Amino acid sequence: MSILVFTLILLAGAFVAGFLGSLTGLRGGVVIIPLLTLIFHVDIRYAIGASLISVIATSSGAAAAYVKEGISNIRIGMFLEIATTIGAVVGAIVAVYAPTQLIAVLFGIILLISAALSLQKRQEKMVNMPNAKIAALLRLNSSYPDQTGKEIKYTVAHVPGGFLMMMVAGIISGLLGIGSGALKVIAMDNIMKLPFKVSTTTSNFMIGVTAAASAGVYLGRGYIDPGLSMPVVLGVLIGAFVGSKVLVKAQTKSLRILFAVVITFLAIQMIYNGISGTL
Amino acid sequence: MSLKRKIHDQDMESIMGSLLRVGVLVSATVVLTGGILYLFQHGASQPHYKTFKGEPSDLKGVKQIIIGVTEFHSRAVIQFGLLILIATPVARIIFSVVGFLLERDYLYVIIALIVLGVIGFSLFSGFAG
Repeated sequence: MSILVFTLILLAGAFVAGFLGSLTGLRGGVVIIPLLTLIFHVDIRYAIGASLISVIATSSGAAAAYVKEGISNIRIGMFLEIATTIGAVVGAIVAVYAPTQLIAVLFGIILLISAALSLQKRQEKMVNMPNAKIAALLRLNSSYPDQTGKEIKYTVAHVPGGFLMMMVAGIISGLLGIGSGALKVIAMDNIMKLPFKVSTTTSNFMIGVTAAASAGVYLGRGYIDPGLSMPVVLGVLIGAFVGSKVLVKAQTKSLRILFAVVITFLAIQMIYNGISGTL
Repeated sequence: MSLKRKIHDQDMESIMGSLLRVGVLVSATVVLTGGILYLFQHGASQPHYKTFKGEPSDLKGVKQIIIGVTEFHSRAVIQFGLLILIATPVARIIFSVVGFLLERDYLYVIIALIVLGVIGFSLFSGFAG
């Protein structure tokens, strides 16, 4: 297979990944690595580099659309980015020294968790804790407009717990070259009790910054290959853009289930190949 | 006071949105240009991703990549486009520092600077090879 054919097939594959990613809310990074390693037999280190780049692309692309709605909380995002970026750098440095087989297995496990979480119904658990000290000190409590334009106030719970969970999300992101959006959502929905509208947009905002933090390490280590990243980034970007234009609410549920099944299958493959050492 | 801060925040966010959009578009254009060049130059050869060798040193550092771009190396042009992409979220943080300064929110100036410092460490420290 020549580079031309390889590039075109990869472009198509990345397009599908970006398209499905934007329809289901599961980011492309989750499918890019299995696509590259299992189907194209790319070394997992190159795959992680390319995936990380695509994560930045989709995050910045989607954030550009989200910010107009003005519901992300930049203070929460900025504060938690301390945790995610430190985690991301640590994760990326560990990845350099960790055996690739271990990374493949860990990736498979994270895929399984993401698949399970994507099927779960997210529950909004807003609480009213205006007296929580840390949140008040950091001025994290805020409000957002609902459909009718009414301002809905919300408070932020368990800031230290959320911060720790974000650090874990950062480490996973840096280690595996994914956005770890699923873990960020756990931190914001379940621990910090943020409203959906705020947690979704804020976590998306953070994903790009987190990925940029580990990208520096990966670039310096030679994981980011231009010939491989080019079709992946362009494909995912175009796919995500088209996906955002055809977003059909009614079909997302069956799509989610289909995507979860595919991801579970890929996860098992990754774990199997990791253990048998064929990656 | 709280209403005023809110308005400032929203101004900041809408400028950030445009910043990100422009960054992604510019990056994609550069990557595409380099990609077309790359396919013309190397399209007929074989891909070599099965074993990890790591990139050559002229594709690993900001300075070397820029030198490669001035010499029209297709892989360096793509890499430069990827650098722009990595820079978009970083630009957002820098912009936030300025925004928080204008809002006189010094606590968040410091927080944004910490985040910037961590990313700078990743890009320029010895760990980056």
